[in-house]
Amino acid sequence: MGKNKLLTAVAVLVFAFLIIPLCIITVTAFGGGSAITFPIDSFSLKWFANVFSLESFRNSFLTSLEIGLLATVIALLVGIPAAYALARSGMKGKGILKSVFLSPTIVPGIVIGFVLYQFLVLTLRIPVFAGLLAGHFMVTLPYVIRVVGSSLDQFDFSIEEAAWSLGCPKMKAFFRVVLPNITSGISAAFMLAFINSFNNIPVSMFLSGPGVSTFPATLMNYIEYNYNPTVSAVSVVLMAATMLIMVIVDKTLGIASLAK
Amino acid sequence: MAGLEVPCGETLGRHKVNGEVEMKKSSAFIMVVPGLVILAVCLFLPLLRVIVPTFSDGEYPFSAYISFFQDEYYMTIFFRTVKIALITTAVCMIGGVPTAYFISRCSKKWRGILLAVSIFPMMTNSVIRSFAWINILGSNGIVNRFLMAVGLADKPVKLLYTEFAIIIGSVYLFLPLMIVTVSGVMENIGDDMMEAAQSLGANRLIAFMKVIFPMSLPGIIVGGILVFTGTLTAYTTPQLLGGNTNMVMATFIYQRAMAVGDWNGAAVISLIMIVVTLIVIKGFNALANRLDRRGESNG
Repeated sequence: MGKNKLLTAVAVLVFAFLIIPLCIITVTAFGGGSAITFPIDSFSLKWFANVFSLESFRNSFLTSLEIGLLATVIALLVGIPAAYALARSGMKGKGILKSVFLSPTIVPGIVIGFVLYQFLVLTLRIPVFAGLLAGHFMVTLPYVIRVVGSSLDQFDFSIEEAAWSLGCPKMKAFFRVVLPNITSGISAAFMLAFINSFNNIPVSMFLSGPGVSTFPATLMNYIEYNYNPTVSAVSVVLMAATMLIMVIVDKTLGIASLAK
Repeated sequence: MAGLEVPCGETLGRHKVNGEVEMKKSSAFIMVVPGLVILAVCLFLPLLRVIVPTFSDGEYPFSAYISFFQDEYYMTIFFRTVKIALITTAVCMIGGVPTAYFISRCSKKWRGILLAVSIFPMMTNSVIRSFAWINILGSNGIVNRFLMAVGLADKPVKLLYTEFAIIIGSVYLFLPLMIVTVSGVMENIGDDMMEAAQSLGANRLIAFMKVIFPMSLPGIIVGGILVFTGTLTAYTTPQLLGGNTNMVMATFIYQRAMAVGDWNGAAVISLIMIVVTLIVIKGFNALANRLDRRGESNG
């Protein structure tokens, strides 16, 4: 099979375009000067030390971790039963119900943050942290509904029916038969939802306050006032973590599960 | 952006049987209620509460919206946002579709590697991805230093904080999404289609244009919707690469609300963004579904 040269050329260019900027950041993180230069003049690890010494980075990293995990767990607790009901029951208006559950995706993130800040925080006086959690729940829920939903669509429900007919109570059948069969879907949903919550910025822009700021928002703020290799070093640390997660996902679920 | 699914195949679980096997309506109801309550309290109610008052804001109903579309400055921002989203979508299609096709033709091992390389940027924070372009396009950045070193410019060219910078940053942000979406569809088409076309005398290009491209068009449209609506509502990239002079709708909402204190103005722009997003999603999704004959059973 003869490879088409033009096609190969386009693909090579596209992948170079995708990879090179990230490689440049990686190199600049090891620069010794106080300004970002490429190529670097001298080698130093001091910017990495700086990353771990900045208190605002550490605090906001923990906030993002906490918000991401909480939002994802709540979305799973609420989303898995909903996805099951949507896949299983003969309810009328199932299509409409599914679009209601996916509706947070059509509201731009900045708008979600804006209306939650106005209504929950300013009007109802709910703490900013809870508002932020509500916002990130909107980010995570659609992933759960979609990924767990497609997992349930592939599941052969006659297995569950077999359990019922053998006298297994419905609740028990759900936990012992259905859930174990969709664990890969649930894990994929967990990863996607958490990563997207952790990385999300627009939702968090309005929902910040004293002591409540997400990691990417803090990073963005830092970039707007400082231009030094600290951000490059942060990027390298985050990219290394991302790679680690991708390797783990690839070994357990297969890399294609992140392409949803 | 997670709300779209590439229309494909027929869903399983259709073999719903009557009576006993079907789930009780009451238990299905209990399972969806918690989600619906949270959505109502934490999304629909706040949206209504913020947006409904804008209808009666001003002298006559909807005057806030009418004056938005009559205001030259607002319109500049609106059309800039749409223009950036259109160009970004076009560039992502031109670069993404051939790349997706390339991936789908690779061996299984390479397909996995290239897919991973495409997914990696998607999993990387958009602040980092925009920051990369600050380093490249800035006045002391790589491009400018190269231009000055070879004598093509004697002072730094303004590349950063321009519409061009936003477009490059947006393409960088959404190209992987286009590649991943389209290659998923192309993989399902399979080699035998291509071989059949070639054995009937079509060369590779014609086989692609007449067989693969039409069959993957629904997927390409879905990818296009994701890129267009994603760019239209993006906040981070325009904020970091566009600066204050190149506002887009998302950054404008934040600026109206936080810097100027014009909460109603921000609410007006919010609704306009939602409506444009909805129109694009519904319109083009319908088109994708119509083009996708396999999608008929999906309804």
